[in-house]
Amino acid sequence: MASRIVTLLVNGTPQEVIVRPGTTLVSVLRDQLELTGTKRGCADGSCGACSVVVDGKAVRSCLIPAETVDEAEVTTVEGITPVGGLGPLQEALVEGFATQCGFCNSGMLMVATALIAENPDPSDADIMRAISGNVCRCTGYHPIIRAIRDAAAKMRGAQQIAAE
Amino acid sequence: MDDHIPSETSGETLDRSYFSDENQHDFKVVGQPSPRLDARGHVTGTTRYFEDNHFRGTLHIKVCRSKRHHAKLTRIDPAPAMNVPGVVRVLTAKDVPANWYTVLRLINVGPNDEPVLAEDSVRYLGEPICAVVAESEAAAIEGASRVQVDYEDLPVVLDVEEALKPDAQIVNPVHGKNYFEYEGHPFRRIRFGDVEKGFAEADHIFEHRYQSRPIEQAPVETTGCIVKPEGDGRLTIYSDTQACFFTLDNTALILDVPTAKLRVVGGTVGGGFGGKVDVMVEPLACIAAMLTNRPVKFVYDRAEEMQVSSPRAAERIYIKDGVMKDGRIVARKMTFYIDSGAYSRHTPYGVTKASAHVPGPYSIPNVWADCHCVYTNRTPSSAMRGFGVTIGDFALESQMDRIAKTLGLDPLIFRLKNAYRDGDTKAHRKKVEGAALIEVIQRAAELVGHDLPEEYRKMSSVKREAK
Repeated sequence: MASRIVTLLVNGTPQEVIVRPGTTLVSVLRDQLELTGTKRGCADGSCGACSVVVDGKAVRSCLIPAETVDEAEVTTVEGITPVGGLGPLQEALVEGFATQCGFCNSGMLMVATALIAENPDPSDADIMRAISGNVCRCTGYHPIIRAIRDAAAKMRGAQQIAAE
Repeated sequence: MDDHIPSETSGETLDRSYFSDENQHDFKVVGQPSPRLDARGHVTGTTRYFEDNHFRGTLHIKVCRSKRHHAKLTRIDPAPAMNVPGVVRVLTAKDVPANWYTVLRLINVGPNDEPVLAEDSVRYLGEPICAVVAESEAAAIEGASRVQVDYEDLPVVLDVEEALKPDAQIVNPVHGKNYFEYEGHPFRRIRFGDVEKGFAEADHIFEHRYQSRPIEQAPVETTGCIVKPEGDGRLTIYSDTQACFFTLDNTALILDVPTAKLRVVGGTVGGGFGGKVDVMVEPLACIAAMLTNRPVKFVYDRAEEMQVSSPRAAERIYIKDGVMKDGRIVARKMTFYIDSGAYSRHTPYGVTKASAHVPGPYSIPNVWADCHCVYTNRTPSSAMRGFGVTIGDFALESQMDRIAKTLGLDPLIFRLKNAYRDGDTKAHRKKVEGAALIEVIQRAAELVGHDLPEEYRKMSSVKREAK
């Protein structure tokens, strides 16, 4: 089977990549575009470390053949980092000591980004459901859940101020 | 899981109500939260893990692994692998300059008892036989699956006590017996007081058996490295090892090169928990890089991480306690059978830790322990979070609860009665310093609203109350 060109809008930048059939999105992001913030943990969809947002939905990029998401909009951890600072979710993770080895953080952040975009006021149960496919082996889940909850509240507050 | 995650208590300060005469200093750092230095890198995805390094022309290694627990290798034929498009080379034991090693030889633990690649036998399921080096990961996987290996099965030893029977099949020929020898003894020994006298005097005897399985650390980032040959003839090793210097020194010994030829870039580990202190991937990646003069990547897939990365050792523990009516333990005898798997790695050291921990955080006048480091045809075990101690604690504290329940004693009071104090001599002849068991139990009881009688609330690790 022949390779083909896949067009993606990655973190707002148009990208064209040549992919062999079956090449996964995580491989395109990491190996071709060198966006290494997205992590590869298991390559079989069981750890969530490679989670990115594709057309508004959090997906595990190790399970997505790149040719099936031609022309999609992809957001990675690099795309949620403001110039010279941290986004509200990132800040909440740092302040809440929700990082340890760091390997799960990108995936957690992308799942949380998609969650809050869809539901600005998630309950703890909503947050747990959203990150249920993301494995953390160090910090435990409570600080991560708290950080997502705190960030969502902060973002709602900021939105309200902006609206007034 | 509970549905509500409590908010963190903020503004926590140092609790000075315990050991009040010891910590009157004006602490500026202790008790104050300070941000983690690596947190910003982690949340922006800019922390550099070994696999975030990309080098053009990198080759990939996949290993052909034993499909048997224990067998002679009658034939290894790498030729079919070489026919796979993209396969560059197949490494066998002959390509490894000093094939036999043991990680802790660096601190004089020996003998070398493990080959980097199998020679004439395999001793556990998944043991590396040869390494296929290829242009792509897919070609390496295909190549590794095509290597032809003929096995002649040998009897398999999978149980720690079976392994020590006189007629048991020998697992590891270097040792010539199925246990690690400690200074001429077949096990690590602790002898303190006279346990038999203690048992004779005791009102009750409690004897129970405890057992654990191997436990995999399961870091989210699997074990791996990338090795890059440099223009000056050195090799740069990008690794997720937890032990850069174990890796540097052991790899140099295996390659038979001076350590100055190698540079290890590490320290950023995507979860380790002890699972990344052995030297598993770097030597083969270095050999492949030297033989091809190209960057080489060797990363475990998830299945390899589960099957062949060293887990916490399985243990079987027997505890016999002699206890008086009032709850004082007067004698404790423990027998540990700790499963090292087919090779030593860090387990002889773990067994020593287990022995030093006997009889737990309690002062018991008569103690006896036999701690066996046993070889079996299972995945070699090694470090994991408090290895050598954690499973012993599971057994000890289960035993404490059982005794308390049988004697109708409050489990906290039973522990307080036997708790060790500063100045006590432990079974391995070290003086106890900085004990805090009593204070921790007192505080825990308070936090959960468990009322302790006055005499137990007044107890202290620093001094024994007058009789």
